[in-house]
Amino acid sequence: MSHRLRVNPIACEAHGMCAELLPERIALDEWGYPLITDDSIDRSLLDHARRAAQACPTFALLVERRVEAKPGRSSVKRAPPSGDSPAVTIPP
Amino acid sequence: MSVTLATAGSSTYWYLTRSTGAVALLLLTIAIALGVLDVRRFSTPRWPRFIVDTLHRNVSLLAMVFLVLHIITSVLDSFAPISLIDVFVPFVGSYRPFWLGLGAVSFDLLLAVTITSLLRQRMGYRSWRAIHWLTYASWPIALLHGLGTGSDVKSSWLLILSIVCIAIVLVAVLARAISGLPEHLRGSGVAIGAAGVFSLFLLLWLPGGPLGSEWARRSGTPTSLLGHSSTTTTTSAGH
Amino acid sequence: MSSSPTLMSAEAPPEVLYETPALPRILEGIRPHGPMSLDEHVEVHGALPVERRRRRRAESPLIGEVERAGLLGRGGAGFPTATKLRAVAEARRQAVVVINAAEGEPASRKDRTLCESLPHLVLDGGQLAARAVGAGEVMVCVCESARASLESIALAIEQRARMSGPEVRMQLVAVPGRYVAGQENALVNHLNGGPALPTFTPPMAFEQGVRRRPTLINNAETLAHMALIARHGSEWFRQLGTPGQPGSALITLSGPVADPGVYEIEHGASLASLIDAAGGATARVRAVLLGGYGGTWIAGGHLHRLLLSDEHLEPYGASLGAGVVLLLSEHACPVAESARVARWLAGESAGQCGPCLNGLDALATTVEAIAGGVAEADAPQRIARLTKLVRRRGACGHPDGADNFITSAMETFAAEFAEHARYGPCETCAAPRELPLSTQGIA
Repeated sequence: MSHRLRVNPIACEAHGMCAELLPERIALDEWGYPLITDDSIDRSLLDHARRAAQACPTFALLVERRVEAKPGRSSVKRAPPSGDSPAVTIPP
Repeated sequence: MSVTLATAGSSTYWYLTRSTGAVALLLLTIAIALGVLDVRRFSTPRWPRFIVDTLHRNVSLLAMVFLVLHIITSVLDSFAPISLIDVFVPFVGSYRPFWLGLGAVSFDLLLAVTITSLLRQRMGYRSWRAIHWLTYASWPIALLHGLGTGSDVKSSWLLILSIVCIAIVLVAVLARAISGLPEHLRGSGVAIGAAGVFSLFLLLWLPGGPLGSEWARRSGTPTSLLGHSSTTTTTSAGH
Repeated sequence: MSSSPTLMSAEAPPEVLYETPALPRILEGIRPHGPMSLDEHVEVHGALPVERRRRRRAESPLIGEVERAGLLGRGGAGFPTATKLRAVAEARRQAVVVINAAEGEPASRKDRTLCESLPHLVLDGGQLAARAVGAGEVMVCVCESARASLESIALAIEQRARMSGPEVRMQLVAVPGRYVAGQENALVNHLNGGPALPTFTPPMAFEQGVRRRPTLINNAETLAHMALIARHGSEWFRQLGTPGQPGSALITLSGPVADPGVYEIEHGASLASLIDAAGGATARVRAVLLGGYGGTWIAGGHLHRLLLSDEHLEPYGASLGAGVVLLLSEHACPVAESARVARWLAGESAGQCGPCLNGLDALATTVEAIAGGVAEADAPQRIARLTKLVRRRGACGHPDGADNFITSAMETFAAEFAEHARYGPCETCAAPRELPLSTQGIA
């Protein structure tokens, strides 16, 4: 699993787009907040995960690269959300 | 009629700039409406949240495309003396300086909104959001620009388009302001008040202004062009 | 290592009996009223040790000593102090030291006691920590409503500055008294000019904290222990306590005992001996809450067996946390008390994260409904579902603590909860509340 899914619960405002775009990993609780059922993201889901992260209006959804944990350091390197322009994809 | 044909080359740009301007205004109106739907979390099973959001983003970009076309064709058009500087710097032009300048102001605001939105990931959410509010300011300025600068104001198509756009934006602003109640009482009150004042202003200004007589001269069209423009007004008024 | 009483009360008169000479350590020389002055402090504990490093860039010897001593953080998380010291010392930018005496837990008074009565021990620890990590300043965070603590620390800082001129700059900072304000990120947020509310990590405080510098945040008691380890060494520290949890600890004991207050115990001492030292129980004890309002209930039947160390408490699902031991008497209704605390916990949510804000409110409502006898039949299942729903979904540990408290209450007082669900409030529901919720509230 090359990447990991994480929610910034402070930034999250329960817009719910992430659950629409990545239902394989994200469900919504009774108040509309994301429930990550499994935080692992492999290559096949990476594009979808990145799109879901871009769609979040408040950047609460994060797709992070997993790195080796070094003692005394945060164990996950935080990749910025994908640099794709937000409106490049036209909805089908 | 013969005068119009004599200036056929430049009038292509003239028609293009007016039409792309109208389309840009319409698209901007729809983008604002979609933005309000987005913020109010509108969704149905056939129109999930991400569709409304992506539509908003795409329609906004399309509006900018038409806006740029509108600007390029207006600069290229040789009829009215609009230079590249007038595009960005308001009120320094020689053709209807005030009303054209409003266009430049609106464009500057929309440029800021567009660039920050394309670079969203690199800037903080709060700064992005603060700048995004400028869209509400850019729209009435764009409308006034269109009504004051355009030479088709008295024609029915532009009037109808303007009325439709005003109606859509009024509804959108009201919907947005209401969603802010009761926590943001003051902000919502200001928004509704501003919308009311603006509507009143239009009702009072339009008849004596762009819809009144000799608007071309009063709005600052250079006298050298006045002969031509009065002919074209008569022509278009005949449609 | 005895499990018989080795205790010294912070508030007992000087002629109390010692069982062994090993305690008190931190509380040694404490005056019944007022702070120990700098002179008294030096007389009891000795002067601040001078540090000698083999090479200028070598790691401070104090870090190794603290590591060998096995000192764990005393703010509730129990994180190895040496690991924290080392992480901050190794950072490139100059560090900042923060002494956390915010103590937002209403049932805890130990940090207040330290600040009021033993400020120089705490400040010694801060100064030693600053030296060890290469920090130029120490910020002492005290609850804004703890007036005596604020005055005492301010005076102590002044006394030290007058004596020798500070090698590090010490600054007193008042922080809001809310429950989450003492959380590390919340403290850093406040010190950076923001609200005293937790932030999203990374970056963690030891990487980027106050003014984006590596920040060492230690509980006031942890630093008091550090000040003694620097003087007497790691072996001395390990003479008390258990191998897994060496040394002594400050405990705030409240509830139906003759002398509630702050006591110093060695880890592994029995709860029974602590109650004895506090003058014995004044009523039958129904249950004990360990660790604070984010902690765990243990039923009265087990009390005589309990030893106060995390290792011994683990099978009960409990830990000492910030050293809070709250006894609940038979005169109080555990269901009514739990409902009240659950509502308080919901109110103390920072309100930044949806699952915590909504979840804790729903939990409190359901517990209140059970207490009032008006709950739906599936209320216990709803509580179980809600507690699973809030775990680890906030930016800080607050919802997890609330889950702990409510789940253990429902288990420990299962019979009482079932009765209330069927029959509604009992006679003791009307009794005055025992569990303290305001920060002034220890009996």
